[in-house]
Amino acid sequence: MTIKQTVDNPYSPWMDDDAPESDIVISSRVRLARDLAGYPFPHLLSGEPAEEILRIVADAVADEDLERRLGKLKVVLLSQLPSLDRQILVDKHLISPDLLKAGNEEAKGVVISEDERLSIMVNEEDHLRIQCILAGLRLQDAYLLADAVDDGLEKTVDYAFSDWLGFLTACLTNIGTGLRASVMMHLPALVATGAIRDVLSAVSKLGLTVRGLYGEGTEASGNLFQLSNQITMGQSEEEIVSNLESITRQVINRERTARRYIFQQKPEALKDKVSRAYGILRHAYLLSAGESMQLLSDVRLGVDTGIIKGVNTRMLSELMVISRPAYLVKTGGRLSAEECDILRARLFREKMTENEGS
Amino acid sequence: MICERCKQRPANVHYTEIIDNQKKQMNLCEVCAKEEQQASFNLLPQQNLHDFLAGIFGPGPEGDLLQCPQCAMTGNRFSTHGLLGCSNCYQEFEDRIEPMVRRIQGSGVHTGKVPARSLSRYRVIREVDQLKKGLRELVAREEFEKAAEMRDRIRELEQKLAGREDENDHQTDGR
Repeated sequence: MTIKQTVDNPYSPWMDDDAPESDIVISSRVRLARDLAGYPFPHLLSGEPAEEILRIVADAVADEDLERRLGKLKVVLLSQLPSLDRQILVDKHLISPDLLKAGNEEAKGVVISEDERLSIMVNEEDHLRIQCILAGLRLQDAYLLADAVDDGLEKTVDYAFSDWLGFLTACLTNIGTGLRASVMMHLPALVATGAIRDVLSAVSKLGLTVRGLYGEGTEASGNLFQLSNQITMGQSEEEIVSNLESITRQVINRERTARRYIFQQKPEALKDKVSRAYGILRHAYLLSAGESMQLLSDVRLGVDTGIIKGVNTRMLSELMVISRPAYLVKTGGRLSAEECDILRARLFREKMTENEGS
Repeated sequence: MICERCKQRPANVHYTEIIDNQKKQMNLCEVCAKEEQQASFNLLPQQNLHDFLAGIFGPGPEGDLLQCPQCAMTGNRFSTHGLLGCSNCYQEFEDRIEPMVRRIQGSGVHTGKVPARSLSRYRVIREVDQLKKGLRELVAREEFEKAAEMRDRIRELEQKLAGREDENDHQTDGR
């Protein structure tokens, strides 16, 4: 698969719904921040050293072991990608919004494996950001994959590393392991019962950060929350990953309890809410971004509680990408806000009809 | 209902924003809602984070004088930027970084993965850096004999580093 196919297709394997705990945990992600010894960090990088880094990474990803495991890997320069395509990669969670920040565009690159499990950002905040994303709660597997890629690259790349500080990164918040592990969770019942506040405040006391779907500052749209480790140093990678996993499991249990509670208290109200949401997504002619995120969350809850049959949550994740402005504009050209809502509704109707047919 | 922001277009978006636990709710038209959203989106966590870090770092006792010879990053620039300039800055600003690391990370020691190859190179590179620092001091004190000895040692190590690169090239060729 080329990067073109990646941006043309809203689907990515992390959306698969046959993964562990995927009724609540949508995806697990692990990223490693790495920098090369002897080069200025990306924010001071330009010209020849920037090109050298791109070349070193291009050579490193051509490693045979990596190819056997992940298929052919290639560095694509950000400057060669149309800006819409870049945004779609962000919407698919394959690259970070920070990679698209203005400045130093020539130095930036991205590597995405055929199966989209691995992506490597070159010259974002650090020279390398190795990211693995898998469906459901599979943090250990995501870490093992990232670790293997890291080993593969280290065969030829000299990392900046110190005995006591570990991997040296541009920002002190990433030093040590350079590891940020995160899970994207769908928590509609905790939100509906108001229990989310206590859960999130408890979680943040345990060394985790909670964010909305597209980073801090955004309200948790569509009842989606990202949990990740705050500290990167002083714990081993395994400890960081297993700490996040065990806390995630507790949040999963709370969410399940809350779902059961809602279902027992007012079964008709819940059935009505999720079925109405389905009806609107299936038949509407105008859908705003905010409304569709809320409806997608309701329908997802309906599917995961067994109320709505014949819909898979994989399609609902695809619709989240389709719903974003970048995909709409790529499909329909320059659009006004209203035209966006019209196209969004049309694509939703088409996708859901197609799903019913299959 | 009329948009609360532009007071012209009809409001069809109920806009909610939470900043510092303060909930702000407005009825807006779609144009204003988009603009509001973009404005709040600009409060990117990274920018805020680096500002915070810069604040913690603060101006050091030596002020401007502290500078990394490799990337020219100064203590002052770090104070406004919140990002270090290169891996060598960690050595140059070591004394000032250490307390920050404890504050941010809680612990001051890495206990995770160790990249075998990079570590051994790192030790040599670090030795070279420290020798170079010493060399500058010797030259400043006009102790040229000692400086010449140190320069030879630096050359030796640098050749060793370059030699290792050759070895790696051979390995790559051999595959």
